[in-house]
Amino acid sequence: MKKDIILAGVGGQGILSIAAIIGYAAIESGLFLKQAEVHGMSQRGGDVQSHLRLSAEPIASDLIPYGKADLIISVEPMESLRYLPYLGAKGWLVTSTKPFVNIPNYPDTDLLLATIKGLPRSVALDAEDMAAAAGTVKAANMVILGAALPFLGFPVEKMKNAIQAVFGKKGEETVKINIAALLAGLNFSNQTLNQHI
Amino acid sequence: MRAQLLLGDEAIAQAGIDAGMSGIYAYPGTPSTEITEYVISSGEAHDKGIVATWCANEKTAAEAALGMSYAGKRVMTCMKHVGLNVAADPFINSALTGANGGILFVVADDPSMHSSQNEQDSRFFGKFAMIPVLEPSNQQEAYDMVFTGFELSEKYQVPVMIRITTRLAHSRAGVVRQPSLPPNNLKLPENLKQFILLPALARKKYQALLEMQDAFCRESEESRYCSFSQADDHSLGVIACGLAYNYLMENFPDRNPPFPVLKICQYPAPAGLISHIYNTCDRLLVLEEGYPLLEELLKGMLDKGKPVHGRLDGSIPRAGELNPNIVGKALGLQEDPLTPVPPLVVPRPPSLCKGCPHIDSFLGLNEILEQHGKGRVFSDIGCYTLGALQPYDAINSCVDMGASVTMAKGAADAGLKPVIAVIGDSTFTHSGITGLLDAVNDQSNITVIILDNATTAMTGGQPSAAMNHLEDICKGVGVEESHIRVIKPLHKLHEENTRILREEIDYEGVSVVIARRECIQTLNKRMREKFKNKASKTA
Repeated sequence: MKKDIILAGVGGQGILSIAAIIGYAAIESGLFLKQAEVHGMSQRGGDVQSHLRLSAEPIASDLIPYGKADLIISVEPMESLRYLPYLGAKGWLVTSTKPFVNIPNYPDTDLLLATIKGLPRSVALDAEDMAAAAGTVKAANMVILGAALPFLGFPVEKMKNAIQAVFGKKGEETVKINIAALLAGLNFSNQTLNQHI
Repeated sequence: MRAQLLLGDEAIAQAGIDAGMSGIYAYPGTPSTEITEYVISSGEAHDKGIVATWCANEKTAAEAALGMSYAGKRVMTCMKHVGLNVAADPFINSALTGANGGILFVVADDPSMHSSQNEQDSRFFGKFAMIPVLEPSNQQEAYDMVFTGFELSEKYQVPVMIRITTRLAHSRAGVVRQPSLPPNNLKLPENLKQFILLPALARKKYQALLEMQDAFCRESEESRYCSFSQADDHSLGVIACGLAYNYLMENFPDRNPPFPVLKICQYPAPAGLISHIYNTCDRLLVLEEGYPLLEELLKGMLDKGKPVHGRLDGSIPRAGELNPNIVGKALGLQEDPLTPVPPLVVPRPPSLCKGCPHIDSFLGLNEILEQHGKGRVFSDIGCYTLGALQPYDAINSCVDMGASVTMAKGAADAGLKPVIAVIGDSTFTHSGITGLLDAVNDQSNITVIILDNATTAMTGGQPSAAMNHLEDICKGVGVEESHIRVIKPLHKLHEENTRILREEIDYEGVSVVIARRECIQTLNKRMREKFKNKASKTA
């Protein structure tokens, strides 16, 4: 087992929560893990990414080499494309379609989504809408995590436990909403994959 | 013991707690902040009575640490690379006074300048001070080196530096802890003159430091953090320092490079190991996360020895951090064709948060300066440095902590008029007060705008030493009371605020305008916690 994952988004969008949950599940599964994060200036509304590496063997580099990522998980469509050079030949891209516009020259959304759809292996979904349906737009990151689940190789129960462990102190309601969001994303992804086949 | 997931920074902090450390002193600075933050919020550290505190600046922090070492206790002081510039005086001199209790200078460098104004390599500072330097290649070493560092510091009675870089500081991995050690007992130095650097005494101390250099080198030679691995292909030998070792190994999935490799994670560099790899290989590649320190030494000014590759001959870019691909290329390994970034992807620079008080301050300032023209605003280090970017384009300098006030003074003395300094509350107490005193003493014609958001915002909202002190400090330094004005930067108060600001800019002499409104991030955080507490009370 070896998974190299790029997590992408804009400072404040909650990619580190995604990393924490996958990380928890990985440690529970006895895997090695390295996870490089961005702290500091970029967290003020700039582009942020995290390199998350899981492996049954010890991991050397904290950074994923170009062309070696198995998966890009992004909570923002333009940010998902920024890291394409990292994506391996068989890699998947999972992204939210909801743009986060805080710059004046943000690209045309239709063009952006067409570029994502044009990739050989991608899953794109409006995570905020689905999160709102699950209880709060703040759970959009969990929708995206759910959509990425088929490519991560963890059983859904393991992820639910991880959500319980990471969000437990925020209360049962928060855990419930985040699990509902996870399942909504997973469901969407499974449907998309069935269409692929 | 089971591995625990820790950032490099957190591994160092936890190791301090486990290694019998009695205190940690620091000023926040990316990428070092999380070390001290971890100890401050650790229940274990609290139970052990470890003193963990934010100081006014890195110099005061380092000096407090030296005082704790004087008293026989183990202590750590943490800073970013440019923070060591501020603490350079106590740092260099502490190499002469030496330590009593073990003292560690933990310095986090930021190659590629993710959150910094330069990418200086602190290993040079360690060499300059002539003390041992430890440079971990991973989180476990970062943890273990705190124990080693304290042992070395107490064995030789010298301070020891632990040098890390951004990627280790902010990367998480499993760390196995060591059994906890008790703290040292309070104990005065055996020689009560040890810390007196009067010339006659300092000369002796310096001589003693010089005489220890061979022993430091031997420690590196025998260190478990430096290792030589033999291989068949002697056409190349690779020297990999710190984190660079991982990038080297990443390029060999079996972790067995075909050529000899020397891993160096302790300095002064192990000369014996280096001469061995030099003598047995045709040419060398030096991989360093930072400046070409070893490469330069190996190459020498005349470059008449064996070929040495690295940053100086272009095998590796001269600037910026390393990664597995840069190292792979330097090794001549083939790279697969990559998917390019689509051209529609544009940069997304950081920006001031929505609702940030600095926005209102900059909009007011820009409006006033329309009549005077641009190029008169000296600024400083903090979130408000983002005022340099569009749409504000409001500042003209950002050099080092406190330089806004002093540069404004110099420019005003030169005849520029009006001149404005823009500085944050925490930066002001870090290094702005002394500059303000200079301006008052010379009656320089400057207006200092202190953006008081009641926190150290850029590094994540640590408490500000300026809290509730600003007016008193300015008064105490000698700014006339009638020219210390306080405004609340809010859109609805724009008219009144610009009037006050204009009056003070027009005033000939030193004036201070404190623009006071809480950081929107800390405010939101406070409100969330308040809401949570309320909810848990009603539940």
